[in-house]
Amino acid sequence: MFYFSLQQKGVIIIDAIIEIFPVLLKGVEITVTVLLASIVLGYLTAFVAGFCRLSNNIVLRKLTGIYVEVFRGTSLIVQLFWLYYALPILFGIDIGSNFWAGVLAISLNYGAYMSEIVRGSILSVAKGQTEAATALNMSAFQRMRLVIFPQALRMMLPEFGNYLILMLKSTSLVSLIGMTDILYYGDLLRSSNLSQAPTVYLLVLVFYFILALPLIWLTKKMEKASKKGVAN
Amino acid sequence: MNNWSWDIFFDAFPMVVQGLGITIGLTIACYVFALIFGFFWTLVKQIPIRPIRWVLSWIMEFIRSTPPLVQLFFIYYAWPMVPVIGVTLDPFTSAVLGLGIHYSTYIGEVYRTGIDSVDKGQWEASRALNFSTGRKWTKIILPQAIPPTIPMLGNYLIIMFKEVPLASTVGVVGILAMANNYGAEHWKYLEPLTIVAILFLVLSYPSALLVNKLERKFNRRFDKKAATGVKSN
Repeated sequence: MFYFSLQQKGVIIIDAIIEIFPVLLKGVEITVTVLLASIVLGYLTAFVAGFCRLSNNIVLRKLTGIYVEVFRGTSLIVQLFWLYYALPILFGIDIGSNFWAGVLAISLNYGAYMSEIVRGSILSVAKGQTEAATALNMSAFQRMRLVIFPQALRMMLPEFGNYLILMLKSTSLVSLIGMTDILYYGDLLRSSNLSQAPTVYLLVLVFYFILALPLIWLTKKMEKASKKGVAN
Repeated sequence: MNNWSWDIFFDAFPMVVQGLGITIGLTIACYVFALIFGFFWTLVKQIPIRPIRWVLSWIMEFIRSTPPLVQLFFIYYAWPMVPVIGVTLDPFTSAVLGLGIHYSTYIGEVYRTGIDSVDKGQWEASRALNFSTGRKWTKIILPQAIPPTIPMLGNYLIIMFKEVPLASTVGVVGILAMANNYGAEHWKYLEPLTIVAILFLVLSYPSALLVNKLERKFNRRFDKKAATGVKSN
């Protein structure tokens, strides 16, 4: 009898999974799109802001400094809501869609954090490398492009990898501004059948974990790559 | 900029500030929970039985790499529905559990780097001097392992403070929920949300500076120690 009820329970759970899985799958596309857009835009922001903070132009340096401190000092969810609700009112412009509000918030937030990594790595390339490059009569641009940057990039890799996973996790926030990502469909299912909630959310977590696995693998690769070939 | 109104700004200000107390309280509660539970993850890596260690470290990886927002929803909405062990929790407790467990996996890693940073010779020396386990940890290992973790732990306190507004999604009436309530009531989101951003900056920027200072202080101490160590040799 007990065995029978257990078996029945198992069948119910498997039925639930079969029912839930395709619904959640509909959200994967949005999550992945937001993630990829945020990654591209985030790294771009990081490099631009990182280089601006190292520039000789004091205005540029200070302005980027303010950007970095503001985005590091406030929380991502606040920035997201601010970009989505407040910005259109403030300037009378419409960002256009919740997609861009979400991507902008994530990439500006993580771009600010990662710009510090860019800056720190470039500064931590040994002084002798700059001196040697100068001695070889390289221009400032050549120095950066051929000597400093390739070494700095290696140092950035492990931290960059960590931020990939952080960005993936933060994409779940876009469901709060109405984007139809994995979590959005999960919430939809939960509100239609409360008793399914544990299965639904566990499955949502598994979805995110499966998306994270290649990023975890990539991070390990990047860590390995950074270990070799940096001059001290 | 013609849509900005100072009247609304000052009207919304007291209401938004009301939520600040809860946000700070929740931050501290989450942080303390993560500090305590973090020990568990530190110990996981020391478990001698391989399958258990393997399973637990995958669970840790799972918690680390999935969104805290979903974990929060799981604890608040799904936990009561779990058969046998399910209990209904109020929003505050679910937030403490959800965010606390998520960040404990990071805190555990901090502890581990602290312990790893203790020189191997120190372990050997304490064994050579026949110290008991208790004395070894309290007199030799921990005094050296704790200081380098302090700036990192400080960092996590600031990170936690910025993550806590997530709890507004399950109904903790902190600073963000207050701002949203005001926005929904008056159909004005700009000013209250800007106040939230300003308050976050005002609170987290000085703390970040403080953490930087701590970092420099501890680094200097260790550099000095290392330098004198080399000299006395």
